[in-house]
Amino acid sequence: MIVTLEVNGEPRSAEVAGWESLLWVLRERLGLLGAKDACLQGECGSCSVMLDGALVCACLVMAADVEGAQVSTVEGLASRAGLHPVQRSFVDEGAVQCGYCTPGLVVATAHLLDERPDASHDDIREALSGNLCRCTGYGALVRAVAAARDAAATAIDPAPADGDSEDRS
Amino acid sequence: MLIERPQDLPEALEGIGGSPHAVLLAGGTDLMVEVNLAHRRPEAVIALRRVDDLQTWEDGFIGAGVTYARMETGPLPALAELARTVGSPQIRAVGTIGGNLGTASPAGDTLPFLAAIDAEVVLGSRDGQRRLPWHEFLVGPKQTALTPGEVILGVQLPDHIPARQAFAKIGTRQAMVIATVNCCVLRDDDGTTRVAMGAVAPTVMRPREAERLASSEPRPSQAALDEFQRLVSAEVAPISDHRATEQYRRHAAGVLARRTLERCLTP
Ligand SMILES: Cc1cc2nc3c(=O)[nH]c(=O)nc-3n(C[C@H](O)[C@H](O)[C@H](O)COP(=O)(O)OP(=O)(O)OC[C@H]3O[C@@H](n4cnc5c(N)ncnc54)[C@H](O)[C@@H]3O)c2cc1C
Ligand code: FES
Ligand code: FES
Repeated sequence: MIVTLEVNGEPRSAEVAGWESLLWVLRERLGLLGAKDACLQGECGSCSVMLDGALVCACLVMAADVEGAQVSTVEGLASRAGLHPVQRSFVDEGAVQCGYCTPGLVVATAHLLDERPDASHDDIREALSGNLCRCTGYGALVRAVAAARDAAATAIDPAPADGDSEDRS
Repeated sequence: MLIERPQDLPEALEGIGGSPHAVLLAGGTDLMVEVNLAHRRPEAVIALRRVDDLQTWEDGFIGAGVTYARMETGPLPALAELARTVGSPQIRAVGTIGGNLGTASPAGDTLPFLAAIDAEVVLGSRDGQRRLPWHEFLVGPKQTALTPGEVILGVQLPDHIPARQAFAKIGTRQAMVIATVNCCVLRDDDGTTRVAMGAVAPTVMRPREAERLASSEPRPSQAALDEFQRLVSAEVAPISDHRATEQYRRHAAGVLARRTLERCLTP
């Protein structure tokens, strides 16, 4: 069957076997290799994308059910002007080692900071609890998210952000 | 594979009646795992996420399509508490109460709440509706009383909702974990206590003797709590599996129920 959807703002369509996942459609039919396939069981979050405004595991979304949906992936975050601020802070903080978890984490982080620009340390850990990373030990990751949050806050209000020493310990 | 994507309830009921063996799809967090592992290859699917009527939540009726994300911020303390323990944000964004009932895992986290509160499961088909008490709907591990052509519309809670509510779960880590034992306790101001335990029997169960004991104690002493814990451990009927042994579950059930009750007792 053919499904028609919007991916990163562009109309796309793909021929799919109904039981295939959205992840399969993105990677194998549309050539968007950002979202990763690792566990295919919703456990690792490496396939995280936005579906109609919700953060989801693309491996658990049935392709046949995305007809008419709006999907955004990590490929949609950077612009011609450069990296998305979350991507920038992941690079700056050294939050990437093998990189397999990174696209999912970047999408989850961008969503968190959209919803909660003032996310606390606990909010960050909770928001990323569905994204496993086997390399970094999470320290650098959480620092990168806090840095992206603080950079966004200073961009709006040039006063220095305070009270985040615990995120950097 | 054929798929129908009904836009409203009449269309959904017509579709389900017309292909009674089609697989119903809500958030997909149980179904797609089986599909990805090639345990299931449905030939026909009816996707429910566009059906607004299944998303309603009012007057003690919770629609089958209500997600954990909504339960987390909803008005029922124990339901909110249990929803926060389910999977990860990605799972809670799309996973539904109807899907938890449909799967009917002995460890399903909404089930102890629904059992403790004596919820009815509301089923619909193109021929009408019927309501079943939770224990007539959940008939065995992964077995329900749903018949071909029917859909879970939602759950109906009784008018009286106990003020004191608590949910607790034991697993091997803090996030993303299926319960080794889970438990919900509801207590009225007059002491009436309801307890439901999951993952310790073929379906969620109520340890009735332990409930009777707790209900008869306006302010349970340490000795009464010891006895409550002992009764819960005696009444559950767990098995050993890859998550835990029978002995561990029996012991943990008593401890967990006691701690959950204690949380309902603190002023
Ligand atoms: C990583 C991960 C973590 C998880 N963690 C937990 C956890 O902590 N606790 C827990 O309890 N569960 C957990 N689950 C299991 C799952 O998320 C829940 O059971 C969830 O409630 C299923 O809902 P769904 O909407 O995704 O169901 P689906 O997968 O869409 O459907 C599940 C079953 O219910 C049937 N169904 C769905 N809706 C209806 C309806 N309206 N009428 C009739 N039948 C219906 C379907 O046909 C299917 O058989 C987890 C799953 C994953 C992948
Ligand atoms: S590949 Fe989707 S959660 Fe792991
Ligand atoms: S950087 Fe390797 S899994 Fe996270």
